[in-house]
Amino acid sequence: MSNVFIALQTNEDTRQIIEAIVQDNPHAVVNEQPAMVKIDAEGKLVVRRETIEELIGRSYDLQELQVNLITMSGNLDQTDDEMILYWNA
Amino acid sequence: MDMQVAKKKLGLKERYAVMTRGLDWTPSYQKMEDIYPYMAYEGIKIHDWDKWEDPFRLTMDAYWKYQSEKERKLYSVLDAYIQSNGHLNVTDARYLNTVKLFVSGISPLEYVAHRGFAHAGRQFPGPGPRVACLMQSLDEIRHAQTQIHAVSNYNKYYNGMHDFHHAHDRVWFLSVPKSFFDDAITAGPFEFMVAIGFSFEYVLTNLLFVPFVSGAAYNGDMGTMTFGFSAQSDEARHMTLGLEVIKFILQQDPANVPIVQRWIDKWTWRGYRVLTLVAMMMDYMLPKRTMSWKEAWEVYFEQNGGALFKDLARYGITIPKCTEHIALEKDHLSHQAWGTFYNYAAATNFHTWMPDADEMEWLSAKYPESYDKYYRPRMEFWREEAAKGNRFYNKTLPMLCQTCQIPLVFTEPGDPTKICYREVDYKEDKYHFCSDHCKKIFEDEPEKYVQAWMPVHQIYQGNCFPEGTDPTVEGFDPLAAVMKYYHLEFGRDNLDFEGSEDQKNFAEWRGQATKNA
Repeated sequence: MSNVFIALQTNEDTRQIIEAIVQDNPHAVVNEQPAMVKIDAEGKLVVRRETIEELIGRSYDLQELQVNLITMSGNLDQTDDEMILYWNA
Repeated sequence: MDMQVAKKKLGLKERYAVMTRGLDWTPSYQKMEDIYPYMAYEGIKIHDWDKWEDPFRLTMDAYWKYQSEKERKLYSVLDAYIQSNGHLNVTDARYLNTVKLFVSGISPLEYVAHRGFAHAGRQFPGPGPRVACLMQSLDEIRHAQTQIHAVSNYNKYYNGMHDFHHAHDRVWFLSVPKSFFDDAITAGPFEFMVAIGFSFEYVLTNLLFVPFVSGAAYNGDMGTMTFGFSAQSDEARHMTLGLEVIKFILQQDPANVPIVQRWIDKWTWRGYRVLTLVAMMMDYMLPKRTMSWKEAWEVYFEQNGGALFKDLARYGITIPKCTEHIALEKDHLSHQAWGTFYNYAAATNFHTWMPDADEMEWLSAKYPESYDKYYRPRMEFWREEAAKGNRFYNKTLPMLCQTCQIPLVFTEPGDPTKICYREVDYKEDKYHFCSDHCKKIFEDEPEKYVQAWMPVHQIYQGNCFPEGTDPTVEGFDPLAAVMKYYHLEFGRDNLDFEGSEDQKNFAEWRGQATKNA
């Protein structure tokens, strides 16, 4: 199965978001590059609202991610609770 | 008694349905084909527009909220950057030439993209893609504006950027990105979406923005890094739109597959040719390099694009044939491009230079198969000649490819010692091409590409001199007249970096920034 990825800006907003992604996706690999963090994962990657909320200590709207998002790869499905990136093949 | 009961908020899916499809209506007294006149002629068949859904499920109210947040962030960083003379913190004044290339080559495309998506959005009968196109159209004009704002600070101090849009419409090599976008917006709305939404945004944009912006950060350019990331935060949405559009068109009717395949093949190649500028920027123009062009191509195209085409295989889509050719070029592209710009530095709006010994070592390490064997000897020769006072400037105008408008400088696939030439006879004229792929694109639509505004032809026809120029007078210098027509000052905006006003000013100002003068 191919890799999906998501890349976020390196800043104080994304520090816990990246931590949450790593927690929820043990197969994910974090690549730190100048000013950005790219997270690769085989097949599928899930960003969960609840995990982020636990780590930042406030309620969070997954659409806020737009502000710090750099790029991504894979088919996307977003709901109130999850943002999923996946490949079918 | 009135009791205020908090209304249960709608979930994302319901809100999206209400704010997109819920806003649409069926016309009663006008025919659909009169309202949407461009929907049939490209041959694409759509049976149910409601099947299209934005997977981000972004609605206009949320769009304004997050975009304004991005703008606030961007402009506070820009203010701080400008107030602290941030331009003096870049690694090396050579870096600034990437900014010149960006504002004259890329920012005007953002504006054309704005127009293109406004037009495509207007033409689609489906409310889902219409709303997504509206957002992208607004994003694109925001990108053009924020880039111009950010770069205007550099324009106060450095040369070559003062009339970037004038340059974009006239300078020979800027016709490469310009004609790419002109080609896209003059296609039908479906082809435009495949060209820009899919091939450019999804397949290729990572190669432009991610290494460039990360490279800007690495070279201390906070201004560019900030507008770049701010723009890039919209790109994820654009990429998603591009991918959804492709899947939607393919799912709607099997007859759409061959049409879409031809567009993907065409626009992957067209986009790749434009990225030649990015290849040389990554390998030659960033004083501190993040990754080589070849590495970026492998990560963002071969791995990521490979995954994408594997995913699209179930619709019958195959990876474009041109990628076999591109794989053969990845060891050569940036070197051939930089060699060309070094040659033609008398007619550009930025400076060029030869890499120093350390940089050549880096190039050898990144390109073990090609650099030492084919490119190092010629670059060392140019460097030695320049040291002897014979900096070479090529003043002969090159033959251009009728499709991509790049001079015929690329080599035969698999033979880096032989220049690749192709030609086609069409209606009593001969047309030249850089490759089999550009030739095929022409042959599929010759009536479109015979109309191309070819910079070299235009110069020879006398159309690129300032008004009132008499080219018949004794001692007429065509290059000097062309530079005037470009609004570029000879000896200031062009030529080698070594000895340039930018180099001198930067050294002096940086000195003032670190010492009490």
